[in-house]
Amino acid sequence: MKRIIVVGNGMVGYKFCERLCDRAAGVQVIVYGEEPRPAYDRVHLSRFFGGAGAPDLQMAPASWYEEHGIRLHTGELVTEIDRAGKTIRTHSGLTERYDYLVLATGSSAFVPAIEGVERGGVFVYRTIEDLIQIRDYAAKVSRGAVMGGGLLGLEAAKALVDLGLETHVIEFAPRLMPRQIDDAGSRILAERLSQMGIGIHTGKNTRRIAGNGTLEALEFADGSRLGIEMLVISAGIRPRDELAKESGLEVHPRGGIVVNENLKTSDENIFAIGEAVSHNNMVYGLVAPGYEMADIVAAQIAGTASKTFQGFDMSTKLKMLGVDVGSFGDAFGDTPGSQPIVFENRRNGIYKRINISADGKHLLGGILIGDASQYGLLHQMAVGKMKLPSAPESLIVGGGETVGIGEVPDDAQICSCENITKGEVVNQIREKGARTIDEIKKNTKACTGCGGCAPMVTDILKVSLEGLGIRVKKTLCEHFDYTRQELYDIIRVKGVKDYETLLDTHGKGDGCEVCKPAVASLLASIWNEVILSQATIQDTNDRFLANIQRGGTYSVVPRVAGGEITPEKLIALGRIAREYNLYTKITGGQRIDLFGARVDQLPEIWEALIAEGFESGHAYGKALRTIKSCVGSTWCRYGVQDSVSFAIFIEERYKGLRAPHKIKGAVSGCIRECAEAQSKDFGLIATEKGWNIYVCGNGGSRPQHAKLLVADVDTETCVRLIDRFLMFYIRTADPLTRTATWLNKMEGGVEYLYDVIVNDSLGIGGQLEAEMKERIANYECEWKKVVETPALRGQFRHFANDDGQDDTLSFVEMRGQKCPADWDKK
Amino acid sequence: MNSIDMMLQEAANDPAGTAPSAREEIRTWFRAAPVAAFPENGGACIRYKNLQVAVFNFSRRKEWYACQNLCPHKKQMALSRGLIGSAGDEPKVACPFHKRTFSLRSGGCLNAAEESISVFPVKVHDGYVYIGFRD
Ligand code: SRM
Ligand SMILES: Cc1cc2nc3c(=O)[nH]c(=O)nc-3n(C[C@H](O)[C@H](O)[C@H](O)COP(=O)(O)OP(=O)(O)OC[C@H]3O[C@@H](n4cnc5c(N)ncnc54)[C@H](O)[C@@H]3O)c2cc1C
Ligand code: SF4
Ligand code: FES
Repeated sequence: MKRIIVVGNGMVGYKFCERLCDRAAGVQVIVYGEEPRPAYDRVHLSRFFGGAGAPDLQMAPASWYEEHGIRLHTGELVTEIDRAGKTIRTHSGLTERYDYLVLATGSSAFVPAIEGVERGGVFVYRTIEDLIQIRDYAAKVSRGAVMGGGLLGLEAAKALVDLGLETHVIEFAPRLMPRQIDDAGSRILAERLSQMGIGIHTGKNTRRIAGNGTLEALEFADGSRLGIEMLVISAGIRPRDELAKESGLEVHPRGGIVVNENLKTSDENIFAIGEAVSHNNMVYGLVAPGYEMADIVAAQIAGTASKTFQGFDMSTKLKMLGVDVGSFGDAFGDTPGSQPIVFENRRNGIYKRINISADGKHLLGGILIGDASQYGLLHQMAVGKMKLPSAPESLIVGGGETVGIGEVPDDAQICSCENITKGEVVNQIREKGARTIDEIKKNTKACTGCGGCAPMVTDILKVSLEGLGIRVKKTLCEHFDYTRQELYDIIRVKGVKDYETLLDTHGKGDGCEVCKPAVASLLASIWNEVILSQATIQDTNDRFLANIQRGGTYSVVPRVAGGEITPEKLIALGRIAREYNLYTKITGGQRIDLFGARVDQLPEIWEALIAEGFESGHAYGKALRTIKSCVGSTWCRYGVQDSVSFAIFIEERYKGLRAPHKIKGAVSGCIRECAEAQSKDFGLIATEKGWNIYVCGNGGSRPQHAKLLVADVDTETCVRLIDRFLMFYIRTADPLTRTATWLNKMEGGVEYLYDVIVNDSLGIGGQLEAEMKERIANYECEWKKVVETPALRGQFRHFANDDGQDDTLSFVEMRGQKCPADWDKK
Repeated sequence: MNSIDMMLQEAANDPAGTAPSAREEIRTWFRAAPVAAFPENGGACIRYKNLQVAVFNFSRRKEWYACQNLCPHKKQMALSRGLIGSAGDEPKVACPFHKRTFSLRSGGCLNAAEESISVFPVKVHDGYVYIGFRD
């Protein structure tokens, strides 16, 4: 059996293993990686700060290697190659013989020799370990800078912003991203970044990283100085060719293991792939060319070689900066005779440039800043040498002729990471019956690399399905060919009361985690019956009437309408929390959350709470959550209406109301708006004459201010309009759509909503009010029902065959209270 | 229960068709709990020695399934509380935490690159649910 040793378990080394397994049987693959964990997605490294754990970033779990017969050694640095004896040796002394050796050693961050680079607080941005250090250090400081204004530097800068630091970018060249975009583009980019609060310093030559113990400032050649507490260096990459060099393989004077078009090094039996390689004097710092190299070497070893490496297109699109940036093909128009067409709108921060060939027939390349929505398409036109429309400016100015995905030829490459053409995607849909993006992803791996092609694949799916005469509509899932709104009508008109009946009469298959909770929510919205009668179609939070927490315990949130609570009730909460050893915290919704209850304790805890006059707070449901209040005219010297009384009234009125998503409200006693009503699904602000009603605000990850629906209405009208508004939302919104998103998608926007709710343009006002009345009449505290019904109560146990508790739960102590042990440390 | 009785029950209650090779090694049929302890079209957790096992009464398909209760993703004891359903014809369970879905037949993860879970054969006899283990 041939033994193949791979040195380096990065993205490209991993891809090589995957490609070789697809192709060859009867080879033994052994991988040595220096990093402590299996290969992970470096391209999306920044997601680590967005909450993705190391396991989420993995290319494949350790078990994948086992299943494919690959022996993986992590944490082993290969330090020697004995080419004559065909063996390698690691830092810990392991030796192993190879028939073929594949070097996939990647690159490391280049750190320029500036005085002071060794100081604490100076980091690079390359591995998960780097990011952990950056995160921990950033927690202690408030001002940071990134040295290097290229692709990676700007990504690192965004990460610092997200970590809450005042952030600066230092670039040696006179402009940002000097290798990808031109002067005009980079000016616009710099303006946009400044608006995001990032300080941009171009043309700066850093002389010294100054400090006394800790980092204090950067000192520049022009005598200026910038005070900072941490620095991330992103000044380029250096191929890791040290092992190759010491073994006498040819390396390029500027770095990189020299390979030919078969990716062979100067040794017959040694290949090199990925960022470590210099091919034709070029080092490729992107993942797609690395994947292509991996594929070519895998094919050669498997004996199915067909292609050679012919260089690679270096087009790029910047991910996740909050400003679109794309650069593709001949971005600067270096091709002789090329003619640029430029569109610039400084007010919106948009800059687009395309370069047309001298004969006017082809697109050579271009730059897109501020709006890169056409990136995929234009890139394809350039790469595929497609014919240009007669007025090529229409490509970037809009309005005129546009090129749709339909006109892209079948052999155009859509996903450059996985090398998938449009034809293959279309084939998946036409011949293999793929109907969703997920199926296409699973079958072809398209969109699984950098993800940049996802919008194009979505377009291809839509156009191809339409071509097959399949109407594209937002059906719930594979089990129901209806939209939520259609199901709402079916359930109501046919009087369907349970999930199984609906599935039998209007669906197919056995349901899933998407349609079960969606239908559960509809049934609850329409009939407002106690949801536990159909416990097994509820999401776990609804099934156990509590929010599941890390570690598998649940939280308990009793309703505290309007945030008003008596000292007696506060004492009762404290007493019960102490009795059951629950972690207590004041929530952002003006009430108290008790965390860490075992499933079997929930009914007892609620029994105790109910005895003290509490009710369910529905914190677990897609339902009315809280109505926040400010103290209002009863105490506040500015208040013009009694906001607390009104908030309590509103919360009592709509408590338990189930909806497509959670709903939150607030009532402020005057224009100063201390209850933050304009960030809620509905908000009421007191005026001298009555109330202003605001609707469709949102906090969360995309905050949106609520819009004024009507001003100065009296209390009775106010309640009537909110009845209508909420009912209209419940009837028409898609599942898991907050009111803000619902309004954003609504044709006609808030004017249309005003027409329906206030002018009753659809003539359904009375009906909406009547439906709301029914719901309110049907309200019942779910927890009271459980506590009083032995059969329901019996569902709250961990083991069906044993009264014991889950003994895998583990807690740690923090500031005098208990907390769950960390995810993976159990 | 005599062995013929047992085989008949297996045929009736194991349309899921757990791989025969795996089945032959079953040494213990653990008497877990009465049928009524498992909600229709849902699951509950049982304890066998120190192992937590999720058992699903897929009444819509007249099938029973069992798998480890531990979700391999964040190592949470949660699968018994997951929603069950089908993807095509494949019976599956979705973890309540982050909705990784696993085939109840093969244990393979259907929507992510997650490790597989162990599955166990189930049979029902005289109103009791039995889970098969190899030890
Ligand atoms: C406990 C609490 C945080 C706190 O300690 O203060 C909280 C905790 C959770 N929030 Fe929240 N949110 C809490 C107030 C908020 C607020 C502030 C507010 O309500 O004034 C917001 C922004 C306002 C808004 O909703 O527009 C908020 C926006 C979110 C979002 C984003 C929603 C969006 O439309 O983008 C989610 C995610 C979701 O629902 O999909 C979320 C989801 C969650 C979940 C349910 C996440 C989860 O699935 O585990 C957390 C449940 C914890 C638990 O089990 O109790 N939480 N969450 C707050 C409970 C309020 C309450 O008393 O009921
Ligand atoms: C923050 C960031 C964002 C990026 N964004 C993009 C993007 O949007 N698009 C894009 O195309 N590319 C992007 N890249 C670049 C992309 O990640 C790289 O092109 C890709 O990871 C290269 O893969 P590789 O396997 O060649 O090298 P690496 O992923 O660096 O892997 C090499 C591995 O080999 C190990 N190794 C080295 N020497 C030895 C030895 N002697 N013994 C054992 N192990 C060894 C290293 O520790 C490392 O784990 C980004 C990179 C970063 C850091
Ligand atoms: S409580 Fe809300 S903001 Fe905080 S971690 Fe949970 S979901 Fe995120
Ligand atoms: S713990 Fe199961 S999906 Fe995350």
